[in-house]
Amino acid sequence: MCFAAALIAVATSSRAQRPAGPISDTTQIGFSSVTKDSALEARTSAVASQLRCPICQGLSIQDSPSDLSQQMRSLVRDQLAAGKTPDEVKAYFVSKYGEWILLAPKPSGFNLLAYALPIGVVVIGGLGIFVAVRRWTGPAPEPTPGPDPAALPAHNSQPQ
Amino acid sequence: MNWKRASIAAVCVIPVVGLFIYGMHHDPRDIPSPMPGKPAPAFALEVFAPGQPPLQRPMGDTVRLADLRGDVVVLNFWASWCLSCRDEHVTLSEVAKTYVGKPVHFVGSLYQDTPGNGRDWIAQMGGQSYPSVQDPHARTAIDYGLYGVPETFIISADGRIAHKITGPASAALVSQVVDSLLASTPQPKAAP
Repeated sequence: MCFAAALIAVATSSRAQRPAGPISDTTQIGFSSVTKDSALEARTSAVASQLRCPICQGLSIQDSPSDLSQQMRSLVRDQLAAGKTPDEVKAYFVSKYGEWILLAPKPSGFNLLAYALPIGVVVIGGLGIFVAVRRWTGPAPEPTPGPDPAALPAHNSQPQ
Repeated sequence: MNWKRASIAAVCVIPVVGLFIYGMHHDPRDIPSPMPGKPAPAFALEVFAPGQPPLQRPMGDTVRLADLRGDVVVLNFWASWCLSCRDEHVTLSEVAKTYVGKPVHFVGSLYQDTPGNGRDWIAQMGGQSYPSVQDPHARTAIDYGLYGVPETFIISADGRIAHKITGPASAALVSQVVDSLLASTPQPKAAP
């Protein structure tokens, strides 16, 4: 980032000081290089964000400051710069570390459970809550008719 | 007892208990490696600690896996800051000596460390019988899918990773794997 920022600063300053006339080849190469570097950094970050740091707890190699993560990130950048696609870079790391290295497992086979289970739990839980709420807020049951007061034996309510 | 309610409770509770029991018996740090059985990634690494005769390699020499094809290779990743590496250091050094004259090569690969620290550590530990190489930017370590140190990869004569040992390697395990690989390796015919 610092390097890219420095290149932008250099390119900007050279443009500001450029005498009237056609843009020099050097300046064009500088802009092209900056754009290329920024694009490569963005692609590196996108891939690195999907790869798990092997020595951390739930961090990507993009977010982890560990040496190994930084070295893996550098390898991602080199492979992308060498012309590999993001999928090929991810496949390389999967071949070395297994699918565990992917922060989000591929949605196929047994992995589908990881995607379907939360949805299933939400649906079943929602249904349960819906049924419970309906029971609690539904119309009160009809009061059962009590015994006929006339049929009850007379109480000694009056003083004798 | 309402059987319907009991069944629903069982369906909800049993999977949770099952997961809990599985979690109690499973070490989350024990991640299965896909590397065993695969061709060992090639490497060409520079020697920074030569080892001792007769297993010594010249300082600055390049150890290439391709040059060791046909022999069994024990590749051990270690670091001077790794406490567990102390536990296996003497063991590996001694086991390596028992294979002198046989088609077996022991190679140490320094991980996330400087050659100076590595050499000092070896000296403190009383030496190392086999050579150690440096792995700049951990490229070879990543190529082998390394999680940490110590990890040991035993590579068969046909260039495949036959076994991976995570954590300190024991003499018995290393010898057992190496011996079985030697037994299954076709020996070169003696010259007439």
